[in-house]
Amino acid sequence: MSILVDKNTRVLVQGITGNEGAFHTRQMIEYGTNIVAGVTPGKGGGFFEGIPIFNTVSEAKKRMEIDATAIFVPPPFAADAILEAVESGIKIIVCLTEGIPTLDMLTVFHYVKSKDAVLIGPNTPGIISPGKCKIGVMAGYIHKEGSIGIISRSGTLTYEVVYQLSIRGIGQSTCIGIGGDPIVGLKYVDLLKMFEKDDDTELVVIIGEIGGTAEEEAAYYYKKNKKKPVVAFIAGVTAPSGRRMGHAGAIITGGKGDATTKIKTLEEAGITVVKNPAEIWQAVMDAKYKKY
Amino acid sequence: MKIHEYQAKNLLKSYSIPIPKGTIVKNKKDAISIWEDMKGIPLVVKAQIHSGGRGKAGGVKIVNTKEELVDYVSTLIGTVLYTEQTGKDGMPVECVLVEEALKFKKELYLGFTIDRARACITMLVSSEGGVEIEKIASQSPEKVMIEHIEPLLGLRDFQITRALLLTNIDSKYLRKLSSISKSLYRLFIEKDCSLAEINPLVITEDDEIVAVDAKINFDDNALFRHPEILSLRDYTQENHLEVEAAKYNLNYIKLKGNVGCMVNGAGLAMATMDLIKLVGAEPANFLDVGDGATSQMVKEGFKILLLDKDVKVIFINIFGGILRCDTLARGIVEAAYELQVELPIVIRLEGTNVEEGKRILTESGLSLITAKDMGEAALKVAGALGLTS
Repeated sequence: MSILVDKNTRVLVQGITGNEGAFHTRQMIEYGTNIVAGVTPGKGGGFFEGIPIFNTVSEAKKRMEIDATAIFVPPPFAADAILEAVESGIKIIVCLTEGIPTLDMLTVFHYVKSKDAVLIGPNTPGIISPGKCKIGVMAGYIHKEGSIGIISRSGTLTYEVVYQLSIRGIGQSTCIGIGGDPIVGLKYVDLLKMFEKDDDTELVVIIGEIGGTAEEEAAYYYKKNKKKPVVAFIAGVTAPSGRRMGHAGAIITGGKGDATTKIKTLEEAGITVVKNPAEIWQAVMDAKYKKY
Repeated sequence: MKIHEYQAKNLLKSYSIPIPKGTIVKNKKDAISIWEDMKGIPLVVKAQIHSGGRGKAGGVKIVNTKEELVDYVSTLIGTVLYTEQTGKDGMPVECVLVEEALKFKKELYLGFTIDRARACITMLVSSEGGVEIEKIASQSPEKVMIEHIEPLLGLRDFQITRALLLTNIDSKYLRKLSSISKSLYRLFIEKDCSLAEINPLVITEDDEIVAVDAKINFDDNALFRHPEILSLRDYTQENHLEVEAAKYNLNYIKLKGNVGCMVNGAGLAMATMDLIKLVGAEPANFLDVGDGATSQMVKEGFKILLLDKDVKVIFINIFGGILRCDTLARGIVEAAYELQVELPIVIRLEGTNVEEGKRILTESGLSLITAKDMGEAALKVAGALGLTS
């Protein structure tokens, strides 16, 4: 009933003893995530909430079975932390860090791909398969187990949508924040493909933003490979052109990536685009109970 | 982060890219002394602001006499320039760049930027540089050569040659142009740029290649490793409320309408703006307190909203994830009392500890307009503005 992570996923936390890392590790354990190890250079041999800490990722990987890693390392060192995880053979990497220099991410992006690993983020709330596994910083309790897949570029807007659905009894299979930075690992297209193969996901919600062309790429793919209904919302219709609207990396340049173009491309591909962010749940209900 | 043209040119010079002879001028005296240094050759005066479209707005002029130079410099400095890109507030001119007015036979375009979809740096070259480059790029994209640079390989010679020859540049300039391309690429990498462009890059009548105008933007996330770049920041070119907000880690952007919005998270903030527009109102700003805001940050955010005289209604739309609703509610109540807010406040809270948050708001004695969801909240905002929908 999910993609990428479930209750069997064994998770490493890089930066487990830092402020953010420690706080969210506790939250993840409380949610039921199977955290098996942590890494903080210089603190190897110790424990955090009963979880063994290692100095390096490769040491942790040698001693423990690890499927995925959550990275809570400060921006100047985060790109290196991703590379270290990939080099040690970890295949699912979730990087929560916000503020990594873009140029650092270029090399990282291509290296991750070359090693058949997947990267979620950076600058993401993470990934959650409700009731099974949460690797990230989202509030677990607003989610509900179910059959809607959610792919989003933003944090709180995703919570808003998840909440709209959960209070009406519509649960989610997996929710993924792809990250708000210019360069991120998995994008809508990659995740759409995974959701299509997941038998228990019946509908996918795409929450997009102005800037970039990731939503358009998803639309082109969907046009040719329509399998499950997709509902989308694009934030920033009213954003002034050329302004960077917050750290979300939402920037419009030269007509590319503006909301109108995105909405048109998505609609032409057969995706239902919701105009009112308060009514996303309604569109999901409509699509869910309409026979395709 | 943006810098001025003269700062960009100084950077180009430090990477051995030829620039016109010139200097920065801040007053009449500077102007006279450069006229004497340049021995009376025609000069071009360019207003230094963080915006394009200066030429059309009267911020660039060729001067042939000392009087003309001094006159123009004195009218420009201290004024505000309004270009197509500055918006109604314009941008203050604190200094001008005065340099030799080159005679050239061709204008080229050379730029580097990041291609997000391919996750690489991209080089763009065109033999039709100049002020119309954006028009050319959108109307005849075949006139702009694009080379995608493999991050692990870097910019290679064959790519430069290919791009330059495809854009019909005389091969006798190849060696010089190639060296300039490599230098600009090196600058892009070493200084963590998000954009580095020379437009126009001219071929002078003496067959020299010179960067006549340049625009360089930097990745804000990388400024921590470039103190020398950070020191070039000019706060006079930024909105003072935006600068003030940034001090408290708040993200504020001034917009045209009259609904002051306090939201957490950029995506939710944009969705809120869109919603406001749907009910016929206009956002006055975009104030993102982030998901990890403290009550102190909420308070500072409030102050900023109130400093904006265009704001007629305040709309607080918060989805507490990491940020707890009770923390937020305390911040709002404190700020509202301390600042004696008289404007109507429409508030919609959801998420972590929402019950406690709502209790704090109800018991505060403040006259707040509460809403159960975003949709209802937006309608109440419209109502508070007297809009009938």
